[in-house]
Amino acid sequence: MNGLGAYALGGVLLIPVVFAAILAMSPGYRLSARLNVVASGAGFLCALVLIGQRPAVNDFLFVDDLNIVFLILNTFIGFTTSVFSASYIRHELETGRLTPLYLRFYHAMYQVMLAGMSLALAAQNVGLMWVAVELATLTTVVMVGIYRTHEALEAAWKYFILGSVGIALALFGTILVYLAAQPVVGEGLNAMSWLQLVAHASRFDPALLNLAFIFLLLGYGTKVGLAPLHAWLPDAHAEGPTPISAVLSGLLLNVALYAVLRFKVVMAANPGALAPGPLLITMGLVSVVFAAFMLYRRRDIKRMFAYSSIEHMGIIAFAFGMGGPLANFAGLLHMTMHSLTKSAIFFAVGHVAQAKGTQKLSDMGGLTVTHPALGWGLVVGVVAILGVPPTGVFMSEFLVVSSTFARQPLLAIPLVVGLLVAFGALILRMQQVVFGAPKGESHPVQASYVPMIVHLGIVLTAGIFLPPAVVAWFQNVARSLG
Amino acid sequence: MSSLDFDVAHLLSGLMVLVCFVMLYQDRLYSLLNTFALHAVVLALAVAWQAYIQAAPHLYVTAAIALIFKGMVIPVALHRLIRRMDIHREVETVGGVGPTMLLGLTLVALSISVMLPVTAAAGTLAREDLAFALSVVLLGLLIMITRRNAVSQVVGFMSLENGLVLAATGAKGMPLVVEISVAFSILIAFIVIGIFLFRIRERFDTVDVTALDTVRGDRR
Repeated sequence: MNGLGAYALGGVLLIPVVFAAILAMSPGYRLSARLNVVASGAGFLCALVLIGQRPAVNDFLFVDDLNIVFLILNTFIGFTTSVFSASYIRHELETGRLTPLYLRFYHAMYQVMLAGMSLALAAQNVGLMWVAVELATLTTVVMVGIYRTHEALEAAWKYFILGSVGIALALFGTILVYLAAQPVVGEGLNAMSWLQLVAHASRFDPALLNLAFIFLLLGYGTKVGLAPLHAWLPDAHAEGPTPISAVLSGLLLNVALYAVLRFKVVMAANPGALAPGPLLITMGLVSVVFAAFMLYRRRDIKRMFAYSSIEHMGIIAFAFGMGGPLANFAGLLHMTMHSLTKSAIFFAVGHVAQAKGTQKLSDMGGLTVTHPALGWGLVVGVVAILGVPPTGVFMSEFLVVSSTFARQPLLAIPLVVGLLVAFGALILRMQQVVFGAPKGESHPVQASYVPMIVHLGIVLTAGIFLPPAVVAWFQNVARSLG
Repeated sequence: MSSLDFDVAHLLSGLMVLVCFVMLYQDRLYSLLNTFALHAVVLALAVAWQAYIQAAPHLYVTAAIALIFKGMVIPVALHRLIRRMDIHREVETVGGVGPTMLLGLTLVALSISVMLPVTAAAGTLAREDLAFALSVVLLGLLIMITRRNAVSQVVGFMSLENGLVLAATGAKGMPLVVEISVAFSILIAFIVIGIFLFRIRERFDTVDVTALDTVRGDRR
């Protein structure tokens, strides 16, 4: 029984590494784009096997109820994004924005990034997780700068500096956690293992733990993109290739949030330590309100959806900050729905930007006339991300708001204001882009709509019918998060 | 633990803070790099001393990485880069030397006043080591903030990272320290030398980050 699980986990972690090496050497974009899809698909299948077959816990890796949700979501979106990337990249190659050499590099980096994120999620050791997050950051920095334009380099540089500082602070926090654990658990690997940390957290020195959490929250919070640490996020989303924007929003932010969540559980297990909830709630609310107002002034379509990601990460951080089974459930659900919806939106936006030859909102219009499939796909995506009733995002947002009203009505007011402001902004912009008379240049695009349709299909279905097994599972995880 | 162990450890970590201050007021790239090399050498000594007093031989690897990679390879490579790119002019600093030094002093005072009470339970050695390490981290941040130039920002980041290595080695028996220092070295080598500076040079013939500031997404 354990054997299969161990192989599956090995597959999730090693397939990308092996394929990264192959892709780095394989010329010809058709082949490498296909190999990229195959590798990501295989990773996803391996992650699915993990549902039934958990590998034995060891000092470095483990799979439990919490991280398997993230693992499956990550490998799934990694897979669909690789499908989208194949059609996106062809256009970039034809227009000369990427050269074949860079493309080889791009595919190899894509797989390394997937490996880094899976390792961060499956790590049983806080140090190993840190190394993995660093690896994922490094690869995304390189990919954001891959177009080598002024803007791309500036964005990558900003991301590199802020991301590295964040990751450095997170390491300092990790060291402090080790110091807090060491007198209780003893020296060595045990003092950095998640299971040991949670089991013995009640006897750690609260003061050290508090300080550690502040550093960890600032460090990993930078990577989550919570205001006021978000400065890198819009630039990185806007200037990199669109598949990378999709992966950043859909996956990397979640990985960083996962790290925060794990440490939150450790904090919560210690009665003397600071309650992590209010910190998360504050950062979450600030992000929601700030991002909502920033949405109005956006002129670049990818940048606009990047701000929307900040807003949604704020909602998720807020929900986990509230804590309790219901809010945690809502947070998990919202995270899943947001990842699926936002990456679908970026799939559409990527082709829209190619069709229009620009990312400027003012040069777009009448998409439903010129490119009906893309235009309507974008409409459905935006409607879904806004939380209009029959979608999954509506359900999760409704749960967040209603559970907040029940417990802290005052906190619900800024949250709802933020949501409504963002609603107005996105509706306004969407109308300009999608409806009305066609505007600006218009090129035909060879898009693959399957990833977008699959994602939006899941989100719509989830809004109407959520399988009881998933509900039970999420409830179980939500309880364990405290 | 004898008091000599202690005194030498504190001497070395104190020296690191001091060298950070020296870096803070360097206004030429070459001298900044040389000071950074000195910083890395002091770090190597401090780590080697920790390895000796904790009887932890794997820390010698970390010390060797610090000495060879950060004390020699990186400064030499950056020297070459600067010469080839012909940017050995003055480093612009944001704000004057005086206020920057005062701010640095405040940061050191802050980190000591934060760390000492909090770590009362941890061993004395780890305690003061951590206070020094946090000072080095914060001073590294300050170096990054006060510089406009890509090379000197990287130097600031590397000195920040030296502080982290110091903290990691000071925590007795911490696993994965070697791996973490290797990961950091990869981060620096890969991104900084290999990709960024080359690209930035290719495109703009400058490594001055202000040149990159001209275009901000929403103002085009």
